[in-house]
Amino acid sequence: MKPMLTGFAAIIVISVVAWYGLGQAGFSSSDVHSGPNVRID
Amino acid sequence: MRALLCFLFVLFASAAVAQDNPNVRLDDEPVSEVAPAKIEARPATGGAQTREDIMARQRGEEVDTSFRREFGDPDSAAGISNQLGTLGGASDPDLWRALRFDEANITVSAGGDVAKVLVQDGGMAWYQFREGPLTKYGTYLLLGTLGLLVIFFVLRGRIAVDAEMTGRTVQRFNAVERFAHWLLAGSFILLGFTGLFVLLGRQFIAPYLGREFNSTLLTASKFIHNNVSWAFMLALVMVFVFWVIHNLPSRTDLKWFAQFGGIIGKKHPPAKKFNGGQKIIFWSVILLGGSISVSGLSLLFPFELPLFAKTFTALNGFGVNEWLGMAPFPTELSPQEEMQFASAWHAIVSFVLMAIIIAHIYIGSVGMEGAYDAMGSGQVDEAWAHQHHSLWLEEVKAKEKEAPGGATPAE
Repeated sequence: MKPMLTGFAAIIVISVVAWYGLGQAGFSSSDVHSGPNVRID
Repeated sequence: MRALLCFLFVLFASAAVAQDNPNVRLDDEPVSEVAPAKIEARPATGGAQTREDIMARQRGEEVDTSFRREFGDPDSAAGISNQLGTLGGASDPDLWRALRFDEANITVSAGGDVAKVLVQDGGMAWYQFREGPLTKYGTYLLLGTLGLLVIFFVLRGRIAVDAEMTGRTVQRFNAVERFAHWLLAGSFILLGFTGLFVLLGRQFIAPYLGREFNSTLLTASKFIHNNVSWAFMLALVMVFVFWVIHNLPSRTDLKWFAQFGGIIGKKHPPAKKFNGGQKIIFWSVILLGGSISVSGLSLLFPFELPLFAKTFTALNGFGVNEWLGMAPFPTELSPQEEMQFASAWHAIVSFVLMAIIIAHIYIGSVGMEGAYDAMGSGQVDEAWAHQHHSLWLEEVKAKEKEAPGGATPAE
């Protein structure tokens, strides 16, 4: 049971790290292919 | 496996043809040949399309557009300093038609190749494929799999352990293996549901629960899908490293398949740590999951990882299109078409893998007595191990005897 719960917890941790890390890296389409001149956010 | 590959090819090929030709419809309507009368009528319009062409296109019939792709005549262009010379032998309609067919020589100061595409009609074919055959046959596949499993359960019941449980257990999977399995399983279920919401939300959720709810659900689904994908890919690598050695094909698998793995009938063929059926599951997860991961990365980093022009070039080189009796796959794709192919392929392969995993979940839970313990506690009863993995049990017992003290080392 412990490995299962640890696995599920790891999904959350990896996802948060991915979200924060990739956000910092500016990976999103709007970041890469757009800018203030062409997109009204 | 061969049938599965053929099925994937046919599904994918239909999308490929439609993407290549914007006038091919992706639904079930038949496509007629170009009527000669329409071609004969064109001189009356000075070579432009006729009313018949327009009506035929609106009916979804195939219209030969090659005559509209001839843009001007540079050889007869007026001198550059003369009136109209700056157009280089092309008229304004030539320019608009060149834009329409994405064949104009566009120069942009920013945005790269993506920004050079001003009209991209492949998007409509992709949208129709997504809302039509993909949704239809994908849901049929999942519901059909569930239905077959219910019928199988009613007919066969739960596969029981024939002998009395011994009370003695052997370790089937250690803690790290189980962690990797549940990391993969949990992330796959999240990705499956959120992917289905994104695909089906507009058609099946918004009409019943409202657009606001659908919008919120899909925004959350996209967030979860994009970020949980990394856990899936990590777990995929982990299970591959842990189990690939046990999943290489062997002659034992042939015996296992010959007796239907004991699933049908009362025989229980010998098997090592992974039997033939589990090897199919393993390689399906690795190959299909790997393909989903690659196409997913292409979608996660838009326009950065184009895959399909190169893949189609390789497939044409191998003559795959000829085996299937098809025209060559398109090898010149706009960046947007690359993304559309990635999206379609991602969904097709995901549907197939979801169907396989539903069957896996069934057999690992309600379908077989004692199966869950292998991934739950990691310990299985010797009677279960003898019935389903007799060769593996013998190996474990032999190792136990060889170990100092003759006992299984503690985890």
